This record gives sequence, C-alpha cells and structure tokens, in this order.
Amino acid sequence: MNRRFSWFNLTSITLGFAFLYIPILLLVIYSFNESKLVTVWGGWSTKWYSSLLENQSLKDAAWVTLRVGFISATVATVLGTLAAITLVRMGRFPGRTLFSGMIFAPLVMPDVITGLSLLLVFVALGFDRGFWTITLAHITFTMCFAAVVVQARLQDFDKSIEEAAMDLGATPLGTFFQVTLPIIAPSVISAWLLSFTLSLDDLVIASFTTGPGATTLPMKIYSQVRLGVTPEINAISTILIGIVTTGVLAAAIFTRRQRVRAEREERWAFGATG
Amino acid sequence: MSTKTSSLKRWYVIAAPYLWLLVFFLIPFFIVFKLSLSDLATAIPPYVPVFSWSTGIREFISQLDFENYSFIFGDPLYVNAYFSSLKIAAISTVLTLLVAYPMAYGMARAPKSWQPTLLMLVILPFWTSFLIRIYAWIAILKPEGFLSMFLIKLGIISEPLQIMNTTTAVYIGIVYSYLPFMILPLYASLEKINPSLLEAAQDLGSQPWRAFWQITVPLSLPGVFAGCLLVFIPAVGEFVIPDLLGGSDTLMIGKTLWNEFFNNRDWPLSSAVAVILLLVLIIPIVIFQRQQEKVREAGR
Repeated sequence: MNRRFSWFNLTSITLGFAFLYIPILLLVIYSFNESKLVTVWGGWSTKWYSSLLENQSLKDAAWVTLRVGFISATVATVLGTLAAITLVRMGRFPGRTLFSGMIFAPLVMPDVITGLSLLLVFVALGFDRGFWTITLAHITFTMCFAAVVVQARLQDFDKSIEEAAMDLGATPLGTFFQVTLPIIAPSVISAWLLSFTLSLDDLVIASFTTGPGATTLPMKIYSQVRLGVTPEINAISTILIGIVTTGVLAAAIFTRRQRVRAEREERWAFGATG
Repeated sequence: MSTKTSSLKRWYVIAAPYLWLLVFFLIPFFIVFKLSLSDLATAIPPYVPVFSWSTGIREFISQLDFENYSFIFGDPLYVNAYFSSLKIAAISTVLTLLVAYPMAYGMARAPKSWQPTLLMLVILPFWTSFLIRIYAWIAILKPEGFLSMFLIKLGIISEPLQIMNTTTAVYIGIVYSYLPFMILPLYASLEKINPSLLEAAQDLGSQPWRAFWQITVPLSLPGVFAGCLLVFIPAVGEFVIPDLLGGSDTLMIGKTLWNEFFNNRDWPLSSAVAVILLLVLIIPIVIFQRQQEKVREAGR
C-alpha cells in the first residue's frame, strides 16, 4: 500500500476541509468589515471590536459564562475522572449497567430534554434559579464527556503498574496520586478543556435552567442573531474562535509531548521491573 | 485496583458520580413524567402538582390524567412534528455519512505523519461554538448572501437562491455541525483495517472497486453504525438549527417543545412532548450504550 496521497483521497480531503472551514473564515474576515452590511465588503476596519468594548451587557454575559465554565469544568472533571475509574477499574458492582447508561445517554440526549428535566428538578428542590442552577446543569452534562475522555486513556495503560505499586506497599489512594494520576494527567486536562468549551457553547440547557439576572454569552448572541446578522456578532464570534483555537492547539501540543514522555517512562518502568 | 480494594472503599469512588447522576439525570425524568400528567395553572411554577407527600397513593392515582397526551395525539401539528423530525434527522444522517466517508477514507489512507494534523483539523471546528457555526451559515445562505452573490457573479444563476428558511438549509446545518461526530468513528474503524487484506485481494485479481465493497465497507460498518447514532439521536431533538436556518416552515419537535415552554409557558404540555420524544429515542439510545460498552470491553 503506498503511503502518499492518491488523487481521489487528496480531493475528498480538500473539499471536506473547504466545507468545514470556509464558513468560519468568511465569518472571521467579515468581522473586520467597515460596512454595516455583513455580506458587502467596505474595506478593513476594527470598529466593531471597539464597539464591543463599550457594550456593558455583553461584557457582563461574558463574565457570567466564564465563571460558569470554570466552576462547572473543574467539578465535572473530578466527577468524570471518578466515573471513568469506576467504569474501567471497578469491575462488576450492583447497578453497573444503570451507571454506564447514565454516563453514555447524556452524550446523545437532545438538549431540550436535558434542559427541561434539569429545570424541573431545580424547581422541585426549591433552588433559586440563576447562576448556580446553570452551573449545576453544566456539571451534569459535561461530566459524562469528561468521563469518556479519561476512560479512553485509563484503558490504554497497563494496570500492572498500579498493581506493582500496591505490591510494594503503596495504599490505593497513594497509588492513585503517585502512579495513576500522573499517567492520565494529559487526558484529565483535555477533559477539563472539553467540559469548559461545552459549557461556553451551551445555549439550550442554560436557557431552560437560568433565572432572572443570569444571562450567558450564547443566550445574548442568540437573542441578537434572531434580530439579524450584524458585524458585532461577527466580532464577538471571532474573539471566541480565537480563544478556543489557541487553547486547543496549545493543549494538543502539550498532550503530544506529555504522551511521548509518559510512554517512554512506562517502557522504562517495565524495563526496570522486568 | 479492584483486587486490593475492599468493597466498602470501592463505594467511596463510585458514590459521588453515581449519586450526582441519579439526582440530576435519572430522577429528573420521573419529575418530567409526573409533570406531564398534571394541569396547567397560572401560578409560579405554572402547574398544578399531582403528587404531594400529604396525599395518599390512592388519591394520587385517581388524580392522574392523560389529557396532555391525548391533546398531543389528537393534534396533527404535534404528530407531524415528530414524524418530520425523524425524517429530517434520518435524511441528514445519510447525507452526513456520504460527506464523511470519503473524508475519513482519505484521512485513513493519508501518510502516517499527516494523520494527527488532519485529525486535529477535524476536531477543531467541533470545539468552536455550535451557535457561531450555525450563525456563519445565515450569511452564506440568505438571498443576498455569499452563495447567491458568488453564483450570480459566475453567471450560473440570475435570481438569488431561496435556501434560507427551507428544509434544505436545515440539512446543510445538520451535516455541517455533526460532521466531526461521523468522521471520527469512521476514521477509527477505517484506520484499523490491515492494508495487506486489500493487497491480497488485488494480488488475487480483484478490481479495486470490488475490493472496496467486499473488504473496506464491511470492516468499517462498526464506525458507520456509531457515527450514524451519534448524528441521528441528537438531530431528532435539535432546536438551534431548525430555529435559525429552517424558518417557520420547518416543523421539528425540539422547536415545538421550546415554543410550548418559552412562548406558551405550558410546562405540563412541554413535559408530555419531552416524554414522548424520549420514548421515541430510547431504543437508539440503548443501542448506543450497548455499543459503547462493547467498544470498551474490546479495548481492554
């Protein structure tokens, strides 16, 4: 099998990526448009960015979104990591099928159902709706994505390293913090980043679970998009795309380096014990 | 760890995620179901509770009524919304597969050194906001948008295209936003195929096209299956895409539920809509969970 691009493969990849990236590129380019008409080019300008800076309600929404994202991603990563350990390392226990169902179902569950059911549980529990109910809702659906990411890494690595640590007298907790966690760390970081971006991104679940006073950025963008396409939305979108792209690329480079190092150490550990 | 940890200590790890999901994922469905059996009221929250701890079981049963369900099944608007959601989701799933397969195939056959970069390029749009990506298509598809302008300039069409606010726009939106969910499992299964199988087929005189149909396609079926479930299930209940791209002509159940809840403030009726949607999706969701468990078992 030759390992160069064939004509057919190159064409399908190029067309596919054009389809994925042209809409985003157009959006970014036209955020620098002088004209108020979004689809007519009127020369370069950064005026929409400066008008964003004066929009206080948009800045407030961005701040709410960031805080929700930060808190929910952190809690979701802890819960998701515990859930991944449960799925991969705990073997059989009563209620295991239900547990795995509750991890996998939220991955595909339509947002409208998740949002409505979470709202009703918050009302039933008598919680004041607002910042904290959005955060709780986001923890619930992002922890399942976090669990799947960490689970994939836990499965890959050899359990005998953990067993060796415990044979040498380490406690289960000590083994987790000194052996397991350093090895799965890159996937825990990706899980956090994924949870964070999913939280930043969510419109439907936040709309159901919010209360007076807590408006997130997607809710703000959505209400403006309904009124029509404006260069200001292009500008805020470009900023978000820029942040996420930088974050994801940095994480990818970091993860690759870590993985190379971890694999080397894993091999070394085996060489030393065996 | 399981061999060394006593069963009591195991539960320290299991308990936190388990209890969290029970309280915030499983129990809410029962509350939705309960509410779907109650009546609308002008109060906050706007419904008459069916069950409180002071009333007994017998009273509870006598109060149950299926009014909301008979209303939904009696009104063709709701029934049509369910069918049209299933149809739109099914067609978009097939379209997504058709776009994703050549891409995943090309990626799996690309030089090894290129593959991590290509994978990164597929995942990157998935990380950027869903809402923003749908918004980007409004500027392209609207009558005075980029697509019509471009085609008019080329002389291919003389009148602006009417794509915005039609079902076609919804198809484009779903294919575009769910494409990574299809490509990733497809790539995972295509990449695992041993190239020597295809070489053997060629050596034995099989045409490349025939080898593709008889070897590559069957071996990639698990990926096809996983990808289709990952696209189809959430697409059935999609709200943002039909709302922003589909206009008032597109009937989808996610939009109906949203309108019942936010515009009509009818919580019991929207709960009933959600219960039926969940019943429609429960079989594909269980299949999806089984399949994920199987993948996990195989990964050991």
